[in-house]
Amino acid sequence: MKRLGLPLSLLLLSGLAGAQKTTLTIESWRNDDLKVWRDSIIPAFEKQYPNIHVVFSPTAPTEYNAVVEAKLKAGTAGDLITCRPFDKSLELYQAKRLVSLNNLPGLKNFDAVAKAAWSTDDGKTTFCVPMASVIHGFLYNKALFKELGLSAPTTEAAFLSTLAKIKQGGKYAPLVMGTKDQWESATMGYQNIGPTLWEGEKGRKGLISGTAQYNKGGFLQAFTSLAKWKDYLPQGYQALAYPDAQNLFAQGRGVIYPAGSWDIGTFRQMNPGLELGAFPPYSIAGKKCVIDDHPDIGMGINAASKNQAAARTFLNWVASDAFASLYANALPGFFPLANVKYTVKDPVAQEFLKWRSQCGKSFRSSYQILSRNANPNNENDLWNVSSQVLNGSMTPQAAANMVQKNLASWYAPQKGK
Amino acid sequence: MAHTSLSSTPSYTRVKRRRPFPWHIAVFLAPAVLIYTVVMIYPILSSLWLSLNNQAGGRAAFVGLANYQKLLGSELYAQPLWNALRNNVVFFLIHMLVQNPVGLLLAVLLSFRLRGSAVYRTLLFTPTVLSVVIIGFAWKLILNPAWGVQRALLTPLGLEHLDQPWLGLPNTALPTLSLISVWQNIGIPMLLFLAALVRIPDELYEAARLDGAGGWTIFRRIQLPLILPTVGIVSVLTFVGNFNAFDLIYSTQGAIAGPNFASDILGTLFYRTFFGYQLQPGDPYMGAAVAGVMLAVILAGLLVYLVAWQRRMTEVQL
Repeated sequence: MKRLGLPLSLLLLSGLAGAQKTTLTIESWRNDDLKVWRDSIIPAFEKQYPNIHVVFSPTAPTEYNAVVEAKLKAGTAGDLITCRPFDKSLELYQAKRLVSLNNLPGLKNFDAVAKAAWSTDDGKTTFCVPMASVIHGFLYNKALFKELGLSAPTTEAAFLSTLAKIKQGGKYAPLVMGTKDQWESATMGYQNIGPTLWEGEKGRKGLISGTAQYNKGGFLQAFTSLAKWKDYLPQGYQALAYPDAQNLFAQGRGVIYPAGSWDIGTFRQMNPGLELGAFPPYSIAGKKCVIDDHPDIGMGINAASKNQAAARTFLNWVASDAFASLYANALPGFFPLANVKYTVKDPVAQEFLKWRSQCGKSFRSSYQILSRNANPNNENDLWNVSSQVLNGSMTPQAAANMVQKNLASWYAPQKGK
Repeated sequence: MAHTSLSSTPSYTRVKRRRPFPWHIAVFLAPAVLIYTVVMIYPILSSLWLSLNNQAGGRAAFVGLANYQKLLGSELYAQPLWNALRNNVVFFLIHMLVQNPVGLLLAVLLSFRLRGSAVYRTLLFTPTVLSVVIIGFAWKLILNPAWGVQRALLTPLGLEHLDQPWLGLPNTALPTLSLISVWQNIGIPMLLFLAALVRIPDELYEAARLDGAGGWTIFRRIQLPLILPTVGIVSVLTFVGNFNAFDLIYSTQGAIAGPNFASDILGTLFYRTFFGYQLQPGDPYMGAAVAGVMLAVILAGLLVYLVAWQRRMTEVQL
């Protein structure tokens, strides 16, 4: 028993010392980012706020939703909850697991598009601070562009003639994408070039309010424009999966790659020697480009947390420029959503960021509200028909009609349209 | 037979009267019955119960057969269900027409005790013991239009037209997957048939040969009739396995079983409905209803087998 005396008193002492410091625990699905948080983000915060100690405690991405829900129910969840965009987090807020952040000063650094993913349907209450978005556009192989004497296209006509030129050369696949996994057709195809045609937020909100339809105007034209890609995809693209397309491009067997900005990091890893270039979604029929600046990660406060004040301090810091520049450089391709000053060192990531000021901004049309229904599901429908349009097994009109019919079958504002 | 049963009846009742209730049987059966009830019977019943409920105002409420009505009656649910069922039937037919006859042929060839038949047997059985995920991954690579070996193999033979994206075309995806599954699973019918064939006494073959029968006659008149019960068992195993199939399609095509649901079977439909997919939220109630339909299909198939095949078989045996 005597032996225990010393360690016990030490333990008590350390407990006392800890009492002056608040410990915040972050729940997250980004276990890839553990090192970044531990080595650069958290030390930077703790330097500024020595009284707060932060622990980043991630779970596997596929288990995150279930784990967090179980922990929140059991009362064992951390103080800060990393928020998935749209319905998953909205459910948590509606179940009173997350608190409203409307009076958090840092929120004024974000515009409505950035906040939409973590706000109630009416946009009045925001419950997570937006952390990062991904941007859609095109990556290209600079060396091959030089070899073939090409330049980055800015219009649809230029884009198609560039593709035709590469195809004539016969050496490389002009546009590297497969339709087997289906989601790329919609995400990197339809949602990439589409916002320009449906005028971004105007079209997206029109779908939600019922004034715009998938089988009319910009949403229909986007399918028509997408169909023009068909002839330039790699041989056997119907059976090419997402990693296949990434490999083809990384190995220099293809020239242009319809991308999400998260691919930048992937290609830097797969082939550090690859000279990447990027250009924004081209303008179609003279319309100004609109990019998909798609919200991906946010952070909110566990309503049951005992450290509300410290958690708010942390979130205010997440909304600041200090966090933005740390985060943007640690993870090229995941862009801070705050309207604050920061610089990104990766030149390609910089290029993507520039588009925010050159083009309009919106996000994927099916993500807010419209994919709430299990069957039919708007997002899955878009995957399916976009792939079929690219496979040539469906006309753009038929694709648009099917998506519209399915949406109208359950979504009240679209009924009968 | 009638005589023995008559004479044994009195002694049977006497024995029964004297002996106490056979507790030891109950005790020995208990662990198996308990475990089976907990991990098999209870989940099935609970899943069936789930399929009779639905969400109403945030809580589960009993709705009777409404989920099934929706599943079979509304186009949005019925169309995928029939599509999956049709694909499942095609999947099963390809197995029945390729896997089992070829398995039988291989078993007959192996039963002739050729030199090296043990090696052939092992080689043919190897894919069966591999994980489906590995099989799916390997075949995805083999058939991959960008890296696959098919182009390099087919071009020298002048068969470039066969270099197609087999897994990506609506007409070929399902047959291709079925054949991959056949390739993997052919070892099972082969071994079962072989086991039945080696049980046939050699005297029958000798007698047949003395009577001047050739290989084909021996097969048709001796081997086939004597292994018919095994044919029935293999068919049932194939049927149950195919209508429960999920892993191969999921590992090669994903849960959306593309292109355009051309390779969607009941298993993948169930997965999507129950657990959801990407932005699609899961619907446990409708998912359970799909599982209920799968159970019904399998039970119906088994019933057909029991009534139409096994009863006739026992008569043949007698």
